[in-house]
Order: sequence, then structure tokens, then C-alpha cells
Amino acid sequence: MNEILLVAGMAAVTFAVRYIPLVITGRIDLPERAFRVLRYVPVAVLTAITVPAMLMPTGELQIGPGNAYLVGGLAAIAAAWWSKKLLPTIVIGMAVFAAWRLLVA
Amino acid sequence: MVAQTSAGRTLLAGVRDTLPLMLGAAPFGAIFGALAVTGGLSPGAALGMSLFVYAGSSQFIAAGLIAESVSLGLIVLTTFVVNLRHALYGASLGPHLKHLPQTWQLPLAFTLTDETFAVTILRFTERGSRPDGHWYMLGSAAAMYINWQVWTAVGIIAGQQFEDAASLGLDFAMVVTFIGIVVPLIATRPMLISALVAGSSAVLLNDLPNRTGLLVAALLGIAAGAAAEALWPGEDAAADE
Repeated sequence: MNEILLVAGMAAVTFAVRYIPLVITGRIDLPERAFRVLRYVPVAVLTAITVPAMLMPTGELQIGPGNAYLVGGLAAIAAAWWSKKLLPTIVIGMAVFAAWRLLVA
Repeated sequence: MVAQTSAGRTLLAGVRDTLPLMLGAAPFGAIFGALAVTGGLSPGAALGMSLFVYAGSSQFIAAGLIAESVSLGLIVLTTFVVNLRHALYGASLGPHLKHLPQTWQLPLAFTLTDETFAVTILRFTERGSRPDGHWYMLGSAAAMYINWQVWTAVGIIAGQQFEDAASLGLDFAMVVTFIGIVVPLIATRPMLISALVAGSSAVLLNDLPNRTGLLVAALLGIAAGAAAEALWPGEDAAADE
């Protein structure tokens, strides 16, 4: 595979999706309704990435105590819910995941 | 002089608020570097991807596709789909950054990630973006960018030394980072519905080709949130305070 072409292609599409909408909404005023809808985007997209990573880390559904991704993820959700802060969420989630993987799974 | 000092302070505030997310990105960057070189990418191309593409989850997915010998065109297309969410981040930030010259807009767009978006939009919502909010965003973006390069390099070196580096489960760092970003955002019933619909659809649609299930699930989640907001008007206003 041509690696330079690969990196250039990935860089071009990624920059385009980041830059073009930013400039467009800076020039035309979007209706207030559009911004209300936009507020759901991060929640929907990041949840759609995260839930399969927790429930199917190997590509197949794996619900039970043998799945450290699920146990660590639930611990992180609890920590995030309780603390509303990033640092405890990340530290507790990674610690529970690592310990569970080592000791149980 | 006063403006300079205030800009510097705002820049440091952006760095400070991004520190927890840098902790999450560290193992994630390392696992990308390790996966990329064990999957067949050269160390230069792996680092080049972090320097020029700079989009963690799509780099991670690309490394997996390279290991499976997927064609170049399909990898670029998948990258586009996985990164489409940044279009909506850019659209949300555009009105806050429109007064800036291209010398600001270009680098801020280039370094726009989930993490920088999350801390920046929170700051802009709470305190507004004028006069120096772009310095805040620059601080967050620069800290994340440098952090990502360093940890990618660590992963590349580890991946070349130990075959097993890719199987340590460091990809869990992405899960925990995204949980830390999303859970505090779920403050209203429509937000919760949006997350539940997106998450369950993503599991059900996981087998669709080229990660298109992710995009469809996200669109379903956005539509569900907007529909729920129409059902319970006013609930959401409370979260904006």
C-alpha cells in the first residue's frame, strides 16, 4: 500500500469535515432550531462508539462478568454520574478495568 | 500588555481543563502506535497519521483495516464516515469563531477533536467565546496535539519491541474517555433517550459494512433526542442554565 497516499487521503477528508462546516456556520446564521438539534450530536455519536466497544469488545456480544470492558465501563459510568468530573471517571474506570482483567477475566 | 496576560491565562485554563482528557488519550495513543506497526504500517506512516490526520478513533479503525489488508480507497472512505461527527462540532463552534482570521480558523479546525470540542463548548456555553475564548481552545488543542504525538511515538517503539503490546487492552482508554465526556451531558430526558437509542442501535447495527452502522446509529440517536425534546418542551431549557 502507498502509505503517503493513505495518510494524505485520510488527512484531506478529516480536515474537510472539520473545516468546511466551521466556516459555513460562521458565515450564514443557522436557525436556533438547528443548534438545538446539534446539541445531541456528541452524545449520540460518542455513545454509538462506546456501547459496542463495551458490550462487544471482540466483535461478538459478551454480557457477563468475564467482560472486563463491560465491568470497567460500568464503573466509569458510575464514577462519572457520581462525580460529574473527568479525572475520577478516567482514573477509576481504568483502574477497575485493569484490576478486573488481571484478577477475574 | 493586559490583553496579552489575559490571553496567556485563558490559554493555560484551556490546557488545565484538558489535562484529564490527556490522561485518557495517553494509553489510547500508545495502543494506536503499537497496533499500527504490528499491523503492517511503517513507523513513519504511523507517526505521520498522528501528525497529519490527528483523529484517534479513525486512526485506530484504520490500523485495524490495514492489518486486514483492506484497500486504500475503502480506508479513506471509512475515515470520512467515522470523522463526520467533527462536521457537527465545527458547525457548533463556527458562530463562536467567525470573527477570527484564517490564521486562527485553519489551525483550530485542524486540531478539532472530541476532547477539545467537549471542554471548549462547555466554556463557550458557560462564559461566552469573546473576547479571548479562542486562546482557551488553542490551549486545549495544543496540549492534546502534543500529548497525542508523544504517546503515538511511545506506542510505535513498544510495538516494535514487544509483539504483545497491542493486546494489553489499552483501547479501553477510549471507552473511559468517551464515558467521561458523555455522562455529564446526559442531564435531561431527551439527552438520555438520544444516548439509549444511539447505543442500542449501534450494537444492533454493528455488522453493517465499513462502520456505517455507527453513522446510522448516531443519526437515529440525534433524531430520537430531537423528537423527545418536542414531546417534553422546556425540560431541556433547564440544562442550558
